Parts: sequence; structure tokens; C-alpha cells
Amino acid sequence: MPLVFAGACSHAPGITGRADRADPVLRDGLYEGFDRMRRAIEESGAEALVVIGAEHFANFFMNNMPAFCIGMGETYTGPIEDEAWLGIKRTQIPGTPDLSRRLITNIMNEIDVAYAEEWQFDHGIMVPLHFLTPRYDMPVIPVNINCQGPPLAPLHRAWKFGKALRVACDAAPEKIAIVGAGGISHWPATPDSGKINEEWDRQFLDRFINNRRRELLSYTDEETYRDAGQGGFEIRTFIAVAGATEGATGEVLFYAPIPIFAVGCTVATMNVI
Amino acid sequence: MSLYHVQKLLYQLNRDEVIRAQFTNDMDSVLAGYDLTEEELTAIRAPDIGLLYVLGVNGQLLMHYAALKKFEWDDYLQAMRDGVAEHGPVRDGIYAMVGE
Repeated sequence: MPLVFAGACSHAPGITGRADRADPVLRDGLYEGFDRMRRAIEESGAEALVVIGAEHFANFFMNNMPAFCIGMGETYTGPIEDEAWLGIKRTQIPGTPDLSRRLITNIMNEIDVAYAEEWQFDHGIMVPLHFLTPRYDMPVIPVNINCQGPPLAPLHRAWKFGKALRVACDAAPEKIAIVGAGGISHWPATPDSGKINEEWDRQFLDRFINNRRRELLSYTDEETYRDAGQGGFEIRTFIAVAGATEGATGEVLFYAPIPIFAVGCTVATMNVI
Repeated sequence: MSLYHVQKLLYQLNRDEVIRAQFTNDMDSVLAGYDLTEEELTAIRAPDIGLLYVLGVNGQLLMHYAALKKFEWDDYLQAMRDGVAEHGPVRDGIYAMVGE
């Protein structure tokens, strides 16, 4: 089956961990956006969910840092963080190692990826799953793009990874959904936490939902750091989804800066063609 | 300066509850396994979250160490601001990428 769903969303830990400190109107609007995405995934008939995340030193560190890694486990656990801190109970999440192996094998025709049979999900994957598969009953394939410890893969490689993932998904008999989970502009876990460059975010999202490849790949890391903070490096997760949906357009279901969540909170879907 | 080892210590603490328990019960036995300067040891032991930030520790590692040490979110952010005021700009790591 071809890819049946593609989208992108925020993953900030404050979305669940500091939920009671946000403007309730904005928070509930974000949650409704997540719920619309959940329903769209369910209505697509997806049998597995690929989450393209940007984890934060939960599994990968500078002793052996892959640019791209795909999970191939029977099961995963998460969150790795303190349950009370994140506001999500620790649980097991089913994997689908056979499908993972086929996707990895196919993607390797274009991109050298690492794989991992063990993976402890951090907030980068758990926050999206909390909303999108709240019963944790859909097999998940985690993907990590290193967005934390430079040197980072260039943006055009994230795009190419997304294209290779699409080819691999389309070659599988299973119905597959993909979700990119990352921030746009943000300065997470720093003294500037809560700073959000809304203008930059809205321009990026316009480029994302209109799949403007040249513009999406035009950011240098220096510009991103200056205008969108270190968290802005996570645009690689969105760009991978854009690569997987090349030529399509999409829709922003929700966007609003929510400072206590430390990110411009986003839920967006792409029309899979 | 051995930022790599400071960050590796916090990485291990964040992901391994056995090491975390050992660290709580006998901190020095854990610290002995890492190549750390006196300034880094002081910052870890205190803990001086602001100094760790100034030394260049990534916030994605540091925020969990602060939580382990019972810092509330706002206190964690303030500790980093105080650290910059006391110790000066971030010296290394990703936040020194374009200076302060």
C-alpha cells in the first residue's frame, strides 16, 4: 500500500508536563489539533506509525551519534524521563520489527541509516504518541534525525531521507502513516526558554505546507540558530516529511506560540498523493 | 575543560536508574569514572546549575539533572540566568556557537 498519512507536530515536554500553566484556550486548541490528527490517522487505516523524531540524548550521545537511525525493536519503552515531570505514565509501545527491517533495507539504497533494536522513547516521541495513539495499540517505528549534537546532516539529506522513506513505505503491503515530531523556532531548556519567533515560524510553515523545496532547504544552521534557536535545528523532522510528500500541499491544523510550552505549537497535515 | 565527560555523566544519569541510585548513595564512586576538572566536580556536587550551563552543558541534559536535584522549572531557568550573571557567557558547547 502507498503511504496513507503524513503530518508533523510539536513534541515539547511542557505540552504535557506543564499543561496546567498554559492559557487554557490555547492549550485546548492545541489538544484539539492533535485530536484531529489522531482521527485522520485512524481514518486512513494506518497499520503502523513512523514517528520521525529529534531525540534529546536519551539513546544517542556523542560517543556514537548516528545522523539517521531507525528502530527495529519488538517493543519500546517510554518515557525515559520522570513520569511526573513529563505528565505521561511509563508504558510499553509495540514495534513491528519485520516492517522496520524492510523499510531500513529499502532506504539503504539511498541513505546510510543506523538501526536500533532497543530504544527508550523520550518526550520527542512520547508526547506525540500520548495524543495520537493514546492506547499505545498501534505499532510504532521510531526514526531519529540528529538535531542536537553537531555536526548535523544537511537539510537536503533530511529531504532525501524523507524521499527514501516514502519509496520504502510505498513498496510495503502495510498501510503506513508518518509523523514528523519537532519544534520550529524555540530555545528549549535554556534561559531563553519561552522565546518564540512567530514570524519565522509562520514563514516556515507556509513553505512546509506548500512544499517549497528550494525555500525549505535554504536555511543555514547559522541562520537557524540566530533566528530560531538551537531548537530550530529540529526543522529536519518537518523537512523529512516534506521530502516524503514531494509535490503535495498541506494544512496547518493548529499553530500558536505557547511560551510555557517553550515552542510555537504546531499540528499540520500533508495531503498524500 | 572536559565538557564531553560532564555531558556523558548527565546522559548516563538521565537514562540509567542503577547509575542514578549509585550517584545518590555514593556520588564520588560514580564521579571517579569520568575525567572531570575541579571546577566541573564542584559544579556537579553543589549542584551549581548555572555554572554547568556556563561550562556548556546542553539544556536537554541539564534540565533533567536539575529535576533530579529537585529544581522546579522556573528555578531551573533562573539558575541558568544567575549562572551567566555570576560566571560570564557560555564558554563551550552548542550555545557558544555564535557567542552570547
